[in-house]
Amino acid sequence: MSAHGEAVAPPSEAVGRPSASRRAKDLGFRIGLLGCLGLAFLLLGVLLWDVVRDGVDRLDLDFITSFASTNADQAGIEGALLGTVWLMGVCAVFIIPVGVATAIYLEEYADNTRWYNRLIEVNIQNLAAVPSIVYGILGLAFLVRGPLSLGPVVLAGGLTLGLLVLPVVIIAGREAIRAVPSSIREGSMALGATQWQTIWRQVLPAAVPGIATGVILALSRAIGETAPLIVIGTPVFVAFNPDGLDSSFTAMPIQIFDWISRPSNDVNNYLPLAAAGILLLMIVLLCMNAVAIWLRNRYEQKW
Amino acid sequence: MEAGARAEARGRPEVILRAASPRYGEKLIKVLLVLAAFISVLTTTGIVVSLLEETINFFREVPIGDYLFGTEWTPLFNPPSYGVLPLVLATFIVSLIGMVVAIPLGLGAAIYLSEYARPSVRKTVRPILELLAGVPTIVFGYFALTYFTPEILRGLFGNDVQIFNGLSAGIIVGFLIIPTIASISEDAMTAVPASLREGAFGLGGSKLQVTLRVVFPAALSGIVASIVLGLSRAVGETMVVLIAAGQQPQWGVNVFNPMETMTTFIGATGKGDISTGSLEYKTIFAVGMTLFVITLIMNLFSIRFVRKYRQVYE
Repeated sequence: MSAHGEAVAPPSEAVGRPSASRRAKDLGFRIGLLGCLGLAFLLLGVLLWDVVRDGVDRLDLDFITSFASTNADQAGIEGALLGTVWLMGVCAVFIIPVGVATAIYLEEYADNTRWYNRLIEVNIQNLAAVPSIVYGILGLAFLVRGPLSLGPVVLAGGLTLGLLVLPVVIIAGREAIRAVPSSIREGSMALGATQWQTIWRQVLPAAVPGIATGVILALSRAIGETAPLIVIGTPVFVAFNPDGLDSSFTAMPIQIFDWISRPSNDVNNYLPLAAAGILLLMIVLLCMNAVAIWLRNRYEQKW
Repeated sequence: MEAGARAEARGRPEVILRAASPRYGEKLIKVLLVLAAFISVLTTTGIVVSLLEETINFFREVPIGDYLFGTEWTPLFNPPSYGVLPLVLATFIVSLIGMVVAIPLGLGAAIYLSEYARPSVRKTVRPILELLAGVPTIVFGYFALTYFTPEILRGLFGNDVQIFNGLSAGIIVGFLIIPTIASISEDAMTAVPASLREGAFGLGGSKLQVTLRVVFPAALSGIVASIVLGLSRAVGETMVVLIAAGQQPQWGVNVFNPMETMTTFIGATGKGDISTGSLEYKTIFAVGMTLFVITLIMNLFSIRFVRKYRQVYE
């Protein structure tokens, strides 16, 4: 990543000690920088501590195996958990082939002096930064209502999230494919392989760890997305598990949002439920990230 | 590959390089790949078409001047008023507070990681920043509402701070975009070649001088791009403002009061069961269009800026 590292240090020894005020300034700046980083980490720490404190008592097997309920003591997250699993399934089935195919096209086939290929590239960069709620509007207008009129079902939700995180997969996939040295391709072609044979048998296998990392990161972004699901009209109170692509569903972030925005009182306090839901979501996320980091370190190739 | 082979064939015409068979399969695969790449273009087209269609329908019922310049947003009143400025103002205020938090902290973290931290420190700190970036925004919303507002803000400013307020949402949005600013800026600064630093040290510069007067300006295009991208994220952020800033449109700048941003309105309205074709349904698209245009301008600016001003080293 960086070539300099520690190699560059001020050669102060050779020309005498810098003045005291200069050293004091340097030190102050350094402390200020550390403070910036420290403050960011402090907030992350307080946030995690706050969520654990509020939710840990509520996070047990009953919570995972109970359905939504207006009675806070009996409410659980089972339907939302299964809904999220379904959503991620649809999302993965959509983003893996489409994302990888786009990455292959842009890296291996596209001539980027052509305007349409540059258009695709700028378009993907822009899509990566479009607010997630706008994807919700897209899903509402095209998938849930309008031309497809699927209604707020698993398929519509999964595809909406898939479109949202597709740029993540494409960008990661391109980087992984670009990292495969051209000598591999040249060797394969010199032995008489066609372009596709070279890609399928040499380039893709070498790029799989990078692509897999990108897919996991994309899914870990999709799993916590709430805004697009709200806009497509995902129902909140669902007391059953989804049983197909056309099944009505709710998802973990939606369920958490509902618990946060419900008025709580002494009899029914929904906030611990929200915190427990967040904890469960964060645990799932941490596992996904751990797998991604492990993949990256285990299969990282230096060419 | 093919182009090279052809060029060579032109030089020595006795050698004819041609595939043994037409390879229809290869061509079919290429067509399929192009189609996949086209899905991303279709997505953008879909966004624009869906927004544009209902926005035009919206402006058939509400004069465009009233929408763009009106200072009263009361779609549920009778008679309703559709002046979007309070929503835009609230979005602007929340984003501004966020940037005041995120720019110094993000850039400070980036400078530290790129110029001061040992490689081993950087290797442990970066994943934690990525973790911060990966926390779902609904978690930040919960934190802002249940901890940051009651414990921190009310502790500092007393009960003038309402439970739903723009300040809390803005500060938390700021923390949310620190990783965006820090990681892109850090990449830009590590890309500055060591020879520039060595030259500056050779002229007697201190670490502080080299960092601020050589590395920082050399990486400026990436830094500006990271800030614009961060701003675009702040403007489009939904869950934190929806949960922590309340849902009352306000034509004013009191950050202790509830505020309704553009994203809040879309989220809060979309939550309810609204019928297709109603004026309420169309307002979602009109406000969504406004939001999309604002973020699109910022994104394109940031993408272009990086391209145009990127110093090409080596």
